[in-house]
Amino acid sequence: MASPLSRRKSISYAKWGYFFIAPFFVVYAIFSLIPLISTFYNSFFENYMSGLTQIGPTFVGFSNYAAIFANGGDFAKYFANTFIIWIIGFIPQIFLSLLFASWFTDLRLKLKATGFFKVVIYLPNVIMAAAISMLFFSLFSDIGPINSMLVSFGIREAGNPYSFFDHVGSTRIIIAFINFLLWYGNTTIMLMASIMGIDTSLFESAQIDGANPSQTFWKITMPLIRPLLLYTLVTSLIGGIQMFDIPNIITNKQGSPNRTSMTVVMYLNNHLFSKNYGLAGAVSVILFIVAAILSLLVFYMMRDKDAPKNKIKKKKGANLL
Amino acid sequence: MSSSGDIAGQVNQTTLTIRRVVSYVVLILFAFLSVFPFVLLIVNATRSHFQIMQGFSIIPGTSFAANMKAVLKNTQMPIFKGMLNSFIVAGGSAILSVYFSSFTAYGIHVYDFRLKKFAFTFILIIMMVPSQVSALGFIKLMRSMNILDTFWPLIIPSIAAPATFFFMKQYMESSLPIEIVEAARIDGCNELRIFNSIIFPILKPAVAVQCIFTFVTGWNNYFLPALIISKRNMKTLPILIAELRSADFLKFDMGQVYLMIMLSIVPVIIVYLCLSKFIIRGVTLGSVKG
Repeated sequence: MASPLSRRKSISYAKWGYFFIAPFFVVYAIFSLIPLISTFYNSFFENYMSGLTQIGPTFVGFSNYAAIFANGGDFAKYFANTFIIWIIGFIPQIFLSLLFASWFTDLRLKLKATGFFKVVIYLPNVIMAAAISMLFFSLFSDIGPINSMLVSFGIREAGNPYSFFDHVGSTRIIIAFINFLLWYGNTTIMLMASIMGIDTSLFESAQIDGANPSQTFWKITMPLIRPLLLYTLVTSLIGGIQMFDIPNIITNKQGSPNRTSMTVVMYLNNHLFSKNYGLAGAVSVILFIVAAILSLLVFYMMRDKDAPKNKIKKKKGANLL
Repeated sequence: MSSSGDIAGQVNQTTLTIRRVVSYVVLILFAFLSVFPFVLLIVNATRSHFQIMQGFSIIPGTSFAANMKAVLKNTQMPIFKGMLNSFIVAGGSAILSVYFSSFTAYGIHVYDFRLKKFAFTFILIIMMVPSQVSALGFIKLMRSMNILDTFWPLIIPSIAAPATFFFMKQYMESSLPIEIVEAARIDGCNELRIFNSIIFPILKPAVAVQCIFTFVTGWNNYFLPALIISKRNMKTLPILIAELRSADFLKFDMGQVYLMIMLSIVPVIIVYLCLSKFIIRGVTLGSVKG
């Protein structure tokens, strides 16, 4: 592309460029952009079902926004729930992923069967969140195997199961644990790739200089992978605010107990099902703004980092073949 | 080597052995943790409701066939119809998303045009926007187009898949020399034919990886399908599985429940185990920062 010859040539082919990108942009406009604009538009109207009668749509300005924030602070509470559940899962996730990634790439440790371990810890990531939630619900239900284990170890007596899903802490921890289980393998592999991108001579010279493994990790690995750690944090946060499948199924849409595990998207989903389009619109817009701020952060991070990374990327692409 | 060097070497060797043992123990523990829920699932799918209620066991039972018969007869939960529906939706969207993402990436990779930079930046920006935020407008639009309760709203939008696009673009940058296109032009192919019969086949390794990823995403997708599909016979697997979690949960035949969950994840596990090598390599390439 850079050579003057190809640039001169490609001028006459410019219209083909538009031809090739057209399907993407047409479909995006119809199925995402128009719906997005219509969502914004709907957020300014009162529009819901009261019994069988349709109320509205009437223009009400920002009162939908006022309603979701006023309503006894419900919305703020759901944001907090989402954040708490996310962080309970994220802290062990990033910690273990860092540990595993540094073990897998340690030149002196030379672990065997890393391929096997990678396959196993990544496995949960491909599994349907709906199914894994239903599985955990069954395992931890009053009649599930976890409770029968508790009985056989003598921790609980028979006929008096521990109702995991009636307690705030255990419900949130189970949801966070599923999140953790689904994503720690993925994060490990991402961090590994990033550590392997570091010039090995850095590690070798550190070793010659007598650095011990923890010094190597904190003084060389960590500073060099910090951008990727930040990237992981922000993308995980973007994923976190969309948390839906797992808490929705585990709590049967209720966010029980007492709405302490109701997430923002569950709240949105409930409004969509009850056809309360005004409030659903307002929730969507706020979600959009939060996601947009986080996305822009990612966008600038990866743009700044793109130039020096190019070489590593090329090498990896060649390996794929 | 001097004797002090020998001792230092031995100490090093010992700490290395200890570190190695610790790593293996922790790794095995977490490997076990990752697999154990699925072992319990598969074991319980082979046991009868009565056995399951008796307590937990890791020895498979003998009721797999009976459970399967019961699942087949269960018209409230048409799990096999759900598998077929999920297969249509996931397969359709995988094909569309991979083909058109390569199409778009090719357009931006090979040609120079005025809006090229804008188009690329635009796709990067929308990559992170969650689909839930436009769900409201999406449902209303689908209703007015009269295609609620069909698979179209779940398949067609895959043509615009920013993440798949990004992956294909990355791949082209590393392994699609522009000279191939120029050679084909000299041979007198038109641009669309060059893409279809020369470029797309070259992209095969990347296409395969992305097919798997988009298929799995489609197979597991729950939020939008649950809002679009309400007819029992059209429901995809995640919607059916979510329905197991209803007020009647405690009255269900648990053998059937476990078997249904198993049926919904086993196809993906099999594909994953067969292709794990490619999938794991694909994870890092698909990310923004490999």
